[in-house]
Amino acid sequence: MKKLLTLLLTAAMAVSVLTGCGGASSSSAAPSASGATSAAGSQAAKDVKIGFIFLHDENSTYDKNFIDAAKAVKEKLGLSDDQVIFKTNIPESSECYEAAADLADRGCDIVFADSFGHEQYIAQAAEEFPEVQFCHATGTTAHTADLPNFHNAFASIYEGRYLAGIAAGMKLNEMIENGEFTAEEAKIGYIGAYTYAEVISGYTAFYLGAKSVCPTATMDVQFTGSWYDETAEKEAANLLIGRGSKLISQHADSMGAPTACETAGVPNISYNGSTLSACPNTFIVSSRIDWEPYFEYIITSFLNGEAIDADWSHGLDEGSVVLTDLNEKVAAAGTADALKEAKEKLVAGELHVFDTATFTVKGETLTSYMADVDTDANYTPDTEVIEDGYFHESEKRSAPYFDLRIDGINTLNEKF
Amino acid sequence: MHNNEKHKREPRFHIAKRDALVWWKAWLIRGCAVLTALVVSGIITVLLTGLNPIGVYATMIDGAFGTTRRIWSLFQNIAMLLCVGVAVTPAFKMRFWNIGAEGQVLVGGLATAACMILFSETLSTPVLFIVMIAASILAGMVWAVIPAFFRANWNTNETLFTLMMNYIAIQLVSFFTYQWSVPKGSGQIGVINRATKIGWLPAIGGHSYLLNILVVLALTVFMYFYLRHSKHGYEISVVGESENTARYIGINVKKVIIRTMLLSGAICGIAGLLLVSGTDHTITRDTVAGRGFTAIMVSWLAKFNPLYMILTSFLIVFLQKGAVEISTTFGLNDSFSDILTGIIIFFIIGSEFFINYAIKARTVQKGENA
Repeated sequence: MKKLLTLLLTAAMAVSVLTGCGGASSSSAAPSASGATSAAGSQAAKDVKIGFIFLHDENSTYDKNFIDAAKAVKEKLGLSDDQVIFKTNIPESSECYEAAADLADRGCDIVFADSFGHEQYIAQAAEEFPEVQFCHATGTTAHTADLPNFHNAFASIYEGRYLAGIAAGMKLNEMIENGEFTAEEAKIGYIGAYTYAEVISGYTAFYLGAKSVCPTATMDVQFTGSWYDETAEKEAANLLIGRGSKLISQHADSMGAPTACETAGVPNISYNGSTLSACPNTFIVSSRIDWEPYFEYIITSFLNGEAIDADWSHGLDEGSVVLTDLNEKVAAAGTADALKEAKEKLVAGELHVFDTATFTVKGETLTSYMADVDTDANYTPDTEVIEDGYFHESEKRSAPYFDLRIDGINTLNEKF
Repeated sequence: MHNNEKHKREPRFHIAKRDALVWWKAWLIRGCAVLTALVVSGIITVLLTGLNPIGVYATMIDGAFGTTRRIWSLFQNIAMLLCVGVAVTPAFKMRFWNIGAEGQVLVGGLATAACMILFSETLSTPVLFIVMIAASILAGMVWAVIPAFFRANWNTNETLFTLMMNYIAIQLVSFFTYQWSVPKGSGQIGVINRATKIGWLPAIGGHSYLLNILVVLALTVFMYFYLRHSKHGYEISVVGESENTARYIGINVKKVIIRTMLLSGAICGIAGLLLVSGTDHTITRDTVAGRGFTAIMVSWLAKFNPLYMILTSFLIVFLQKGAVEISTTFGLNDSFSDILTGIIIFFIIGSEFFINYAIKARTVQKGENA
């Protein structure tokens, strides 16, 4: 027994030493090779290696949105398989740090992680590998972290939510005109993951969009306490429908809510991407962040030797926030034109989503609000965000910080 | 009559219980099982993906041993799985089906996180460590002893009870995640004391996982001697074989059940401490990551021998690490590597059948050739 064990261990050691040497020599060769060719200049797309860390895989609509964008940018810039590494199903634990460090070991110049909970493990890796650029979506701390190679990014998705809200409001108007219910009964149901600013900003923008065309609209919000919980999202949708919601939207990543709507025959505004194929009779439109512009930005910045923004956010103007194709079968007539018009106004700055004239908090119109932009454990409000008559979302920091509870929206549970 | 005679005929093959096999024969069978598993996995790999199976296996080895960092990560993961395996073993040896290790580890981790959050400014580092260790062990013990107490006194079903306790632990973590989330409402506690590193287990010689590995190694050796060479260990074996026998020879069965589960829970609590204070520095619902259940396999495959468990946890973690590498390198979905892991484990468990039983062909007797 002992002899065999010794033998096994020796064999394992031998294998590890061999592969260890192999790995080390190839990775040490990589930087020198790229160093030599980078002098060649513009045809330098071959000099970059980028690693992606995803919380789940394509089965999550959230991660699929990132994965699709990464594949698209790979194609667009003509990167080879060796230059793009995907690590899927990386949890928000020290595994994330290990994955990031492993990507750096493999010679990645840029490492990107897609989930909020990855942030501090990415920052940890950024401290250890100063020569590698670490980019993280949805995070809040890069602009105050004082780490030149650590970057956050988001998109002003509230603009997309607002547009999707207009489509929702027009659908409600159509159903009122058809006599399906009265104007006072026009209630929207919304499923949110957590009582986090990103969710609050999203559902408020959605509601304001709907209210801009259907003034009597109200909204119920149910939280699930998870970004991905198919059962909970389905149950929440059914609960909201049971409480009289005429239309459902959601900010959570499973197919739970859209499929519940399809079963119940209630119109649904989706998120992260089209759910048309699964819900042909209820899907109207979906807003989503297109990460391709950001991926292209970080790769070209790296190739040109330019610094990457610590905190990057763009919206409708740069194509970072987009709407999917409208499902004409379900959407109200004229929706496409209304969306086009509103989009143009938003891009031109004539229309502001969080215009303080359009909403009240406890009956009051706001003139000043201090938001917690620089993250700290006590959520200290530190930045004035209402200027020129509107709430400046995503301008002081890429991740959303709109966390006001406006009138007309009724949150059913707050325990998440 | 003729029919009856026909029924009596032996089948072409039959199965017979073996006497204990010589150790090298048993290991030969196990070795053959692993080889067969690799061949079958190879065939399935070619059929489903068209990839070269040798390349796939080489990638698995690379994923586990490819760099110094990966080797450390491998040993850290082995240590954590082994720790939970060591924790559940005394209970299993007693035939107490503790499938609540997941929850016991989680509350241990939650207690650790609570100390790190609440006392980081009020207690000095040595005192904080003592409080953390005590709190995590106590939490694990409480979570384990509740089902044990009910089982010992009222003979409740410990499988269901320990399983239920897992869900309560998960919900408790959800609740405190809400309480302590940063930023508010995000559903994340985030890395605790990231700047100050208060309450983080120290790195030894620059290796942040070394302390975890050494602690688990010590626990493993302790458990080996405890089960093999102590009176307690003997009592556990007797209760496991037959509670009536144990009573007959004067063993206090209730006491043994409760004492053993306290020990089991205490080690689970330590595992929680190592995961939160020594590894992740945060707590989420997924901190234990299914180790509480995987550990059951570690323990059973090793026939409850803590030293063999080093090998079985190595096998399982190696397969997991290799699986992740396969999905990264070949762009395959994680499910594919789960299939391979499933095949390999199926063959290894199956090999135990051939170690315990022999398949004997019928010996044809004269006059029976009908």
